[in-house]
Amino acid sequence: MERASIYMDNQATTPVDPRVVEAMVPYLGEVYGNAASRNHAFGWAAEEAVDQGRSQIAELVGARPKEIIFTSGATESDNLAIKGVVEFYADKGNHIITAVTEHKAVLDTCKALERSNSAEVTYLPVDQYGRVDPDDVKNAIREKTILISLMYANNEIGTLHPIRAIGKLAKERGILFHSDATQGVGKVPVNVDADGIDLMSMSAHKMYGPKGCGALYVRSRGPRVRLRAQVDGGGHERGMRSGTLNVAGIVGFGKACELCGQGLEREGGRLLMLRQRLYDGLTSNLDELYLNGHPTERIPGNLNVSFSYVEGESFLMGLNREIALSSGSACTSASLEPSYVLKALGVGEELAHTSIRFGLGRFNTEEEVDYVVERVSEVVIRLREMSPLYEMAKEGIDLKSVQWKA
Amino acid sequence: MAYTAKVIEHFERPKNVGSFGKDEENVGTGVVGAPECGDVMKLQLKINPVTEVIEDAKFKTFGCGSAIASSSYVTELVKGKTVAEAYEIQNTQIVTELSLPPVKIHCSVLAEDAIKAAVADWREKGRVDTPKSDKAA
Repeated sequence: MERASIYMDNQATTPVDPRVVEAMVPYLGEVYGNAASRNHAFGWAAEEAVDQGRSQIAELVGARPKEIIFTSGATESDNLAIKGVVEFYADKGNHIITAVTEHKAVLDTCKALERSNSAEVTYLPVDQYGRVDPDDVKNAIREKTILISLMYANNEIGTLHPIRAIGKLAKERGILFHSDATQGVGKVPVNVDADGIDLMSMSAHKMYGPKGCGALYVRSRGPRVRLRAQVDGGGHERGMRSGTLNVAGIVGFGKACELCGQGLEREGGRLLMLRQRLYDGLTSNLDELYLNGHPTERIPGNLNVSFSYVEGESFLMGLNREIALSSGSACTSASLEPSYVLKALGVGEELAHTSIRFGLGRFNTEEEVDYVVERVSEVVIRLREMSPLYEMAKEGIDLKSVQWKA
Repeated sequence: MAYTAKVIEHFERPKNVGSFGKDEENVGTGVVGAPECGDVMKLQLKINPVTEVIEDAKFKTFGCGSAIASSSYVTELVKGKTVAEAYEIQNTQIVTELSLPPVKIHCSVLAEDAIKAAVADWREKGRVDTPKSDKAA
């Protein structure tokens, strides 16, 4: 495979920061102890490194270190949070409230619980920007509601939910609040106390850390949240997640959190500037371009745009040996369905097929943004010249009135 | 997804992109697919009314790389064939030529449909303009 020279798919994953790699290296070699070995220096060295990582992660989100439970990634964290709560609190209730735009790690976990008759789930709709209305959450609460699970920021469109309002509501009603904050932590200020979050999923590789390492924040006081473990074994992580700890991964995760915390506002401002530059450049070169998601309530590094009359996969094919982006087109998804997130926003399927996600990150520069604007404009213009839909639209034909022979 | 060299070649240097003028005679136009499905192909065939040989072909396609490559290949394939011969083209021929993976077979089906739709349109028009071409099978 030829190497893409510009990486702008930072909501899929991020490059590992060289400072993170540097911090991890000793733990891939010379420091090889098991953090659970309590009786010798090898174990102590590993434990010390894990403790430091745990503190760095806790610090970024305003948690106490012992509330951080290490997992293999956010998918496992979502599974543990939702299944763990449903199983532990079964005598209290069985109803979950979530939303249709959640990540599959949440949606498919909920569906699995429905299939096994372990839970009843309400999937709330979202508005045209992808936001859940706190009043809808309130109205969906039943006597048997035990958990609300809503993501901090959406992975496709970057939309931020009104997390604090929902956290406050959950607290008032004595319902646990889980948030998949994979796309939020390290990008926008997250504080589990101020936000009223009881359980929170995180992933190292979305914030310039290594893959294969994630965490679940589990509130220890006010209220103390209990979970039924999903992985049984040696009782690691306060019995919530057995398995020898990934010491190097945790060291990297911790370092990644420290770095994100240090420059959170500055980096957020820089990404907002780059995103504006990207959007302004594209809109000045191209017509019929539509923003997907909220204009302001979104993570700074996300821009999602539909380029009418240009199918997403062909768009990426026109670029992908140079620029790495992502599309909501059916042809680029494993399911062969266009983005369910865009569909939930009311974006028509014809526009969902033309959607492109630009994921800006720490290592993107102004020069890269300018180059992307130039290349994307070229590709869109070339493909529009090849598009029968563009030709018809320019002739004044209303595409919605056409009888298509599919 | 990794594309085959032939798909990339047709995608990057597509053959016969464009449209015939609105008032050009002896042109059959087929538009198949739908925007909601993510692919729409427009294939136009310029047909000699006497010999029924396809003298020229043009396409415009909204769709993935394989859909664009399938349309481009088809325009080359039909040129010089008679309408009857073109009508016999099967999608499997496109699949083989471009080495399309199973998930892209629908692109080849669409291209085959586009040929049939263009031929049908030409015959339809022929009934009005040149009744003689009615006998085309």
